[in-house]
Amino acid sequence: MTETRGDPRRSRPERRSAARSLLRLWPYVRPVRRRLLAAALMAVLGSLMSLVIPLALKWMVDGPVSDGDPSGVWLGGLVLLVLGSAEASLFWARRALTARPLARVEADMRASLYRHLQRLPVSFHDRWPSGQLLSRATTDLMLLRIFLAFPLTFLLVNSVTIVAGFLILLTQRWTLGLILLAPVVPLVMLCRYFEARYSRAARTAQDRTGDLTTIVEESVLGIRIVKGFGRHRGQERAFATLAGGVRDTELRKADLMGTLWALIMILPELALGAALVLGVVQVADGELSAGTLVAFLSTALALRWPVESMGFLLAITNESATAADRFFEVLDSRPPAGDPVSIPGQRAGAGESAGKGGAKAAPGGGAETAGLRLEGVEFRYPDAPAGAPPVLRGVDLHIRPGETMALVGTTGSGKTTLTALIPRLHEATAGRITLDGQDIAALPRERLRQLVSVAFEDPTLFSATVAENVLMGAEGAGEPELVRALSVAQADFAYDLPDGTATEVGEQGLSLSGGQRQRLALARAVVGEPRFLILDDPLSALDVHTEALVEAALRKVLATTTALVVAHRPSTVLLADRVALLSEGRVTAVGTHHELLHGNREYAALMSGDPHGEEERPR
Amino acid sequence: MTTSTPDRRTTEEEPAVDRPAAGPAESSGTSRPSDPAPTADPFDKDVLPAPKGASLALLRSLLAPARRPVRIAVVVLLLQQAAVQAGPLLVAFAIDRGVPAFRRGDHGPLIAIGAGYLVSALASGLLQLAFVRITARVGQNVLLDLRGRIFHHSQSLSVDFHERYTSGRLISRATTDVESIRELLNEGLQELIGVALSLVYVSAVLLYLDWGIGGAAVLSFAPLYLLVRSYRRRSMLVYRERSTAVAGVIVKFTETMNGIRPVQAFRRERANEKDFDALNTRHLKSNGDAMLEMARYVVTSRLVANSALAGIVLWGAYRVAGGGLALGALAASVLYLRRLYDPIDRLAMFLNSYQSAAASLEKIAGLLAQRPSVPEPGEPRPLPERTTGGPGREVVFDGVRFAYRTGGEVLPRFDLTLPAGQTVAVVGSTGAGKSTLAKLLARFYDPTEGEVRLDGVPLRELAGPELRRGVVMVTQEAFLFSGTVADNIAIGRPGATREEIERAAEAIGAHDFIKALPDGYDTDVRKRGGRISAGQRQLVGFARALLADPAVLILDEATSSLDVPGERAVQRAMATVLRGRTAVVIAHRLSTVEIADRVLVMADGRVVEDGTPAELIAGTGRFAELHRAWRDSLV
Repeated sequence: MTETRGDPRRSRPERRSAARSLLRLWPYVRPVRRRLLAAALMAVLGSLMSLVIPLALKWMVDGPVSDGDPSGVWLGGLVLLVLGSAEASLFWARRALTARPLARVEADMRASLYRHLQRLPVSFHDRWPSGQLLSRATTDLMLLRIFLAFPLTFLLVNSVTIVAGFLILLTQRWTLGLILLAPVVPLVMLCRYFEARYSRAARTAQDRTGDLTTIVEESVLGIRIVKGFGRHRGQERAFATLAGGVRDTELRKADLMGTLWALIMILPELALGAALVLGVVQVADGELSAGTLVAFLSTALALRWPVESMGFLLAITNESATAADRFFEVLDSRPPAGDPVSIPGQRAGAGESAGKGGAKAAPGGGAETAGLRLEGVEFRYPDAPAGAPPVLRGVDLHIRPGETMALVGTTGSGKTTLTALIPRLHEATAGRITLDGQDIAALPRERLRQLVSVAFEDPTLFSATVAENVLMGAEGAGEPELVRALSVAQADFAYDLPDGTATEVGEQGLSLSGGQRQRLALARAVVGEPRFLILDDPLSALDVHTEALVEAALRKVLATTTALVVAHRPSTVLLADRVALLSEGRVTAVGTHHELLHGNREYAALMSGDPHGEEERPR
Repeated sequence: MTTSTPDRRTTEEEPAVDRPAAGPAESSGTSRPSDPAPTADPFDKDVLPAPKGASLALLRSLLAPARRPVRIAVVVLLLQQAAVQAGPLLVAFAIDRGVPAFRRGDHGPLIAIGAGYLVSALASGLLQLAFVRITARVGQNVLLDLRGRIFHHSQSLSVDFHERYTSGRLISRATTDVESIRELLNEGLQELIGVALSLVYVSAVLLYLDWGIGGAAVLSFAPLYLLVRSYRRRSMLVYRERSTAVAGVIVKFTETMNGIRPVQAFRRERANEKDFDALNTRHLKSNGDAMLEMARYVVTSRLVANSALAGIVLWGAYRVAGGGLALGALAASVLYLRRLYDPIDRLAMFLNSYQSAAASLEKIAGLLAQRPSVPEPGEPRPLPERTTGGPGREVVFDGVRFAYRTGGEVLPRFDLTLPAGQTVAVVGSTGAGKSTLAKLLARFYDPTEGEVRLDGVPLRELAGPELRRGVVMVTQEAFLFSGTVADNIAIGRPGATREEIERAAEAIGAHDFIKALPDGYDTDVRKRGGRISAGQRQLVGFARALLADPAVLILDEATSSLDVPGERAVQRAMATVLRGRTAVVIAHRLSTVEIADRVLVMADGRVVEDGTPAELIAGTGRFAELHRAWRDSLV
């Protein structure tokens, strides 16, 4: 509800039929179908009970009461009590039968969405903000559970009740029954009319609320800029405008809803009034008993809710269909080929065996194929505008086993993109990448990612302890590995945290500085002594002093690892044996730092900061 | 029954207590597996300390402007309920008087009944509409006011506050918590007033029809009241547990999706699934518990209501048979009794939404009770006309000491003067106090002791806009607001022309990459194609600062993600466009230091070395050592 629903992704012109969307829920509902059916039966019975109670009242009024028969009155009271208890029990049974199973359905759907999302490629996540995904996993699924618990049942129940109720009314007195039936058709039409306008207003309201949320988020996240430039007034004006817009649409919603309610109240009440007047005439003429009139009116009252609710039930059904569409829209996105697809209902923990052991075992192969090799690698973002050139257009690079290669290039030249291709976070659109001669496209992802370890430019820590955050880089690693990794990354500050390495960090824990996070991310990358290591500008947030210490420690690790290090500065480049220059989507030069510094103008410009290498200060 | 909102039953299943937040979730204190900080920092909790009765005071002040409309609404609802409850009374009248009169050939009463029914039908509908419109306006105005207050307040609280109260929590105050109050205002209050009024009216009519039946009906409220009370107690526990469980699910979900790169690269999928399953199962259980609690309430209250109905009808029938009660009165009573017990289910819903709104209100009140630690001056002073001729201004730290409110001292007492036009580089390791120094100068914090002066005027006495014309700070995290690249640069100076914006971008070397974006300066930074790297974001941040054209510029590690050419462009801009400004540059990169007139080396909150770069390089201090190592890497 706080998301921007006006997202281009969901504005799909063709509306699939609601029924078809909802039918797709069947695999999840199947396990609870019996309970659901039983609950629906309970609901029908409960609803009929509400219709029978007025009949019992009538019987009492016309029979024992009018006749002054005390024992009959007692019997009537008993019958009422039994019926009332039965009604209450049926209410309870319906809810009790479905409460846990439907909570289970919701949880299962959420689990399968989560499982699926974790396996979708990074390019998918680039396109979908996490807020969008979250609202599908929470609000939409909750709505679907409510739909299964209630509107689904009551569409059936109310139809049965309405038909049964009107049959009772018509058999009791068909003339009066027809009068009461009269407003049904206009009511349904009015409901549909208002529902359409209301849902448009609701959509607008959601969009505007989404915009409002965005401005709140940005003002909080960008508070230093807002304050630094003294932009409160501007932000507040923008906020006031948007908040005013939200208010206006909310009022419009309320007005539409109010008008509809008014109509829903007036029309049946008018019919009831007409029936009353006519009924009195008939009672006076002796064609009708007083008891029948009372029962008739009670029954009519009992029918009001089922009739009134149909419009809203249909509206919720529509909304639920949209929610189902939104849910399946994500679930229908295929994970990249070559890996097992997650199947709804499949529990976690399967397939733990994949690619166990052998992180060290290099398959045979000569010097030609050993190490990390990129051949004609091309990449373009799937959402790039048509006609834009690919980010990478034919990268050839060979990193020999044990060698450290620095990757250098201007801002936006695709260095980070290139590093994402090796653990297959993105899939190269052409060319091939081999690790010790094995094509990574042929390796199971699980296995590949065991071989390749990455420290990202943006060091993300999870809500877990420091130790857990570091050790997630290696399966089965323990205390000694942790100590070693922390010392390589010069992350000894971890021991001084309130609970040492057991301190919770991340969104829910202690917040660490950028430099501290970067060092933990580095520790995570090296903890498993991976065969291939990829570091994306690993020292950018460190102060000069720490940087020097990390470099010294990292050198020892890099001596035995095949590594690719994205570098912006000479100090980082010096960690590497050789340097590759990435330019215009290709590797244009490979050599040692000194070779390139003296032999390549572009490189010299990049490293010395002089835009024209040739104008290097003459000294 | 007629007072019901049409969709009441649909929401009955799902009390509004815990709509999950779409934004980053908050951690409600209890959901943490272990509390990392044993110190009792109030910021660890969602609810900030607030004076007693702050929630009520807040509610009262929000509703104060609406006193008149609220009174009108109550009157409208009173009339509306009267119209609604007239129905069965007319039925009684029809049977007891209308029928005999009609038999006598007197059509008057029947016509009166018909007219009465018509009037009551129209009145109940139209008054209902009027009531909805009035209360919607009251509710929306309250929300507008509340949203505005939260927003304004969050903007005026100091950076210090924002650093401790995480963004996720602040956002959920402004969204989820406002939302739960909205739901209470939208549906809950109307529901409650409707239920209360209908109880009163129906009881009154029953008493009027027959003292005995009315009395019995009123007596039946006692057990129902006890049921409601016990439900309220029990549901509070269940729903609290549920909202904690939901928060857990949301946090895990958001964290996974935001960190999908490391998740996949480190093969966390299975471990995550295990964690998520545990959280999801906890949610499932609490969800089921909540529904069962509701079921229990519904069945018991229904049982009591139906038993009371049966008992009363039995008793009434007995009396009719004995001649002690009119048949019509019994018939009408029966209709009214069904109505009387109808809203008890809805009461449960109201209680849920009331409880969640009360909790939200408490959290919001706690937030609003926070006083900004960096207040605006009461009587602002203007900056003097520039005396030095150049655009820069002199900065003086006079006896400044800074410690966090929690106690830790960051900067011991020191004096420092930065002459107008000087470029000062500050170096030192993490935690040396460089950023704190910068934040004091930008007045993100106020010093604990002493004062910071700009051309002789204490920063505390400068009005916000005046201060921001004087001092601008560019930080490491170059946040981009939604909108176009041009919009983002224009934050530096609203109303700047496109030409000025482009000139600023050009001066900083950002023009080329911006031109290469799909729509150039008009590229939306949040839309497809707007892939802007960390270094590029920093350049946009610089262009902003150039456009702002301040007297004092602070760069707090603002070049960390730039490559060497980018950094050079920044340095060139400082040498040309920003020439003559007073500048404080905090940098990891010693290359940046080269352009400084003066270098301060900080350690443990103290300035340990101070001199020109040449002097320090020539010396034997820390700086000289660091500089040698760096120089070596360049060869």
